[in-house]
Amino acid sequence: MAGNPRKDEISGVDTTGHEWDGIEELNNPLPRWWLWVLYVSIIWSVIYWIFMPAWPGISDYTRGTLGYSQRNEVQMELAEVKASRAGLDEKILTSSLEDITSDTSLNQYALAAGKAAFGDNCSGCHGSGAQGAKGYPNLNDDHWLWGGSLDDIHYTITYGIRSTHDDTRFNDMTAFLTDEMLEKDEISDVAEYVLSLSGTSSDVEAVSRGESIFVDNCVACHDEGGIGNRELGAPNLSDKLWLFGGDKKTVVQSISYGRKGVMPTWETRLDPVTIKALSIYIHSLGGGE
Amino acid sequence: MSTKLEQIVREATIEVEAVNKKENRPLYQKRVPIFPKRAVGEFRRLKWLIMITTLSIYYLVPFIRWDRGPGAPDQAVLIDFPANRFYFFFIELWPQEVYYITGILIVAALALFFFTTLFGRVWCGYTCPQTVWTDLFIAVERWIEGDRNARIKLHRAKWSIEKVWKYTLKHTLWILIGVATGGAWVFYFADAPTLFVDLFTLQADMTAYVFVGMFTGTTYVLGGLSREQVCIYMCPWPRIQAAMMDEDSLQVTYRTDRGEPRGHARKAPDDLDKKVVGDCIDCKQCVVVCPMGIDIRDGSQLECINCALCIDACNGIMDKMGTPRGLIGYDTDANLARRIQGKPEKFHLLRMRTIMYAMSIVAVCGFMVYLLANRSPLDLNVLRDRNPIFVQLSDGSIRNGYTIKILNKHRNQRQFEITVTGLKFNELKVNDIKSVGPAPVIDVKGDSLRSVHLFLSVDESTLKSSSEPIAIIITDIESGLSVSNESVFLGPDK
Ligand code: SF4
Ligand code: SF4
Repeated sequence: MAGNPRKDEISGVDTTGHEWDGIEELNNPLPRWWLWVLYVSIIWSVIYWIFMPAWPGISDYTRGTLGYSQRNEVQMELAEVKASRAGLDEKILTSSLEDITSDTSLNQYALAAGKAAFGDNCSGCHGSGAQGAKGYPNLNDDHWLWGGSLDDIHYTITYGIRSTHDDTRFNDMTAFLTDEMLEKDEISDVAEYVLSLSGTSSDVEAVSRGESIFVDNCVACHDEGGIGNRELGAPNLSDKLWLFGGDKKTVVQSISYGRKGVMPTWETRLDPVTIKALSIYIHSLGGGE
Repeated sequence: MSTKLEQIVREATIEVEAVNKKENRPLYQKRVPIFPKRAVGEFRRLKWLIMITTLSIYYLVPFIRWDRGPGAPDQAVLIDFPANRFYFFFIELWPQEVYYITGILIVAALALFFFTTLFGRVWCGYTCPQTVWTDLFIAVERWIEGDRNARIKLHRAKWSIEKVWKYTLKHTLWILIGVATGGAWVFYFADAPTLFVDLFTLQADMTAYVFVGMFTGTTYVLGGLSREQVCIYMCPWPRIQAAMMDEDSLQVTYRTDRGEPRGHARKAPDDLDKKVVGDCIDCKQCVVVCPMGIDIRDGSQLECINCALCIDACNGIMDKMGTPRGLIGYDTDANLARRIQGKPEKFHLLRMRTIMYAMSIVAVCGFMVYLLANRSPLDLNVLRDRNPIFVQLSDGSIRNGYTIKILNKHRNQRQFEITVTGLKFNELKVNDIKSVGPAPVIDVKGDSLRSVHLFLSVDESTLKSSSEPIAIIITDIESGLSVSNESVFLGPDK
């Protein structure tokens, strides 16, 4: 490795004395421009230490005379963004939902804000595309438990369903088996009847037995023919969409034990502008009424 | 040999060695300043002419006006970043159409290859900005400090008042040229006359000053200080261009067959008439005019930018000596070989590669012209919703969503009717249009893009497979022009 520098005969330049398997290194000076860049960088770094945060300490670090920090920077940028949006936010706050949607640029802004808020707050249950899952409604379709108008959606988001809020939307699907109101075979018959409403039952006798049970026990909420009642949040049983599933086993389960899905109230967690934006976004997904 | 000729030879001869002489050109070397002597002749005149033309184009083009009607910029050539538009006389390009720029770059590259194959490094010698600006900087230097000898003397002299003011003046002028270069650059990105005033009244955008500053710096450093170093060490082109050239490419060449043996004129003046010696009198005029500091008589070299100034220098000497011009001239390797063999010279303009380059240029240009001629004032992009892929509705039907983007390149607002073919749809609905008809109509403002959401639903029974092809068509109601875009309608697995 290290040896004594010697003069290279061919180039006339000294070697560095380093040698690897017979390969030696000429001690040519560094290119000037390169050296200058190095010097300038050194000077620059000293200046940087003075003005900018640089050296770590035990519990703190040198802060530099400019007092720069990336956290401040982000906060300033956020404040700037907020300020730039203040006008739009103000407008959303004071306008009715209808008015917002008929103002193209305001609508666009609300949709974008709603989409972002949806991703942060709602996608956990409803899915990133609002496609829902078992027990969590699909918000793209035209089936609404509590109504799909802008105001209905707004109310649901604000107060929730079976939430802790006093004004929450609330209903209580009876657990017919647990509460010993129907026998198991009666539940099976009424389930057949419910399935027949959307044309998926084949047991004609069970259907006719189930019909009278349905009239006695279910019509109060689900209405005649099972078309549902939005006032009560009672789902339409005659369409093709099922929140928990439309096979017989699941329907029997729903009748036997009831269903008590919860949607939290967002009034305390989101500001009014965000809730409005969310309502508009969800309304725009295709099922809005 | 007359004494008169002898005298000419004596006067013309300079005992110098080329700064970048081929034999003693070490790999590693500090820059040695070059003081090119003024050349006179037809190539020098041609170069002045080209310099004036190219610089005028560069400086004046932003000020050319072009009327595009109200609301649109009236600058003929403008790259409008805030509005995302590129204007070139009658052409207006959107960001989606950068492929035109790609096309122009391809044509430019092919043209460069084409001309290099035919005429060698004419780009380097005449039109490369590095050459043009360096030439200008050297002209300024010569104007202030005098020609070669005076400049060398001043360079070697101790610091004196004269040296200080001359150097100060020179560098000031160089920086001013730099400012003008950067200044013109920014005019391509904003309304030039407005920006011109703003720049001087300190009201222009900070970005403009930053760019002027950057270009001032690079122009000054590259044109004033680095000069030939850029060509020799920084530029990749001298390395690449060798691949385009062959033995039939024209190059600035010292015709060895005619010039050698050189320099005998002084040693054996009487032989001159008998043609025992070559025509080169070894006066080294070609060396001292060379801005690259090389000796063309060493043969073709990477350093030679083919500026042709040595041709002018040598032709001047040949005229005085009464020998024919062209000891240094544009020549090809093939012809050199032919002359040595005693065959007549021949120029092959039509060669495989020139024909291929020319055909490629024609093809790309033709394609661009075709695209431009058929450029639609209307464009449509369709993006299918992927999340969820489809939605089942309460009546069992299947709905798909599409984001459709309509580009209206007209200057006025237009109405577009949206129709979809491929399936029997129950419903065609655009989310922010309240009235839902069989064919929704939406407005798009002039020179802008509008993105809307389209919902299509069909009875599940009509779907033959889980993926059905459809076509979304928009029709400009005013002109009847329509554009169609293909997509698919997805449903549950069959
Ligand atoms: S080539 Fe021409 S200019 Fe160069 S030394 Fe010979 S005679 Fe002089
Ligand atoms: S050798 Fe001649 S052509 Fe080449 S750079 Fe020098 S002066 Fe120009």
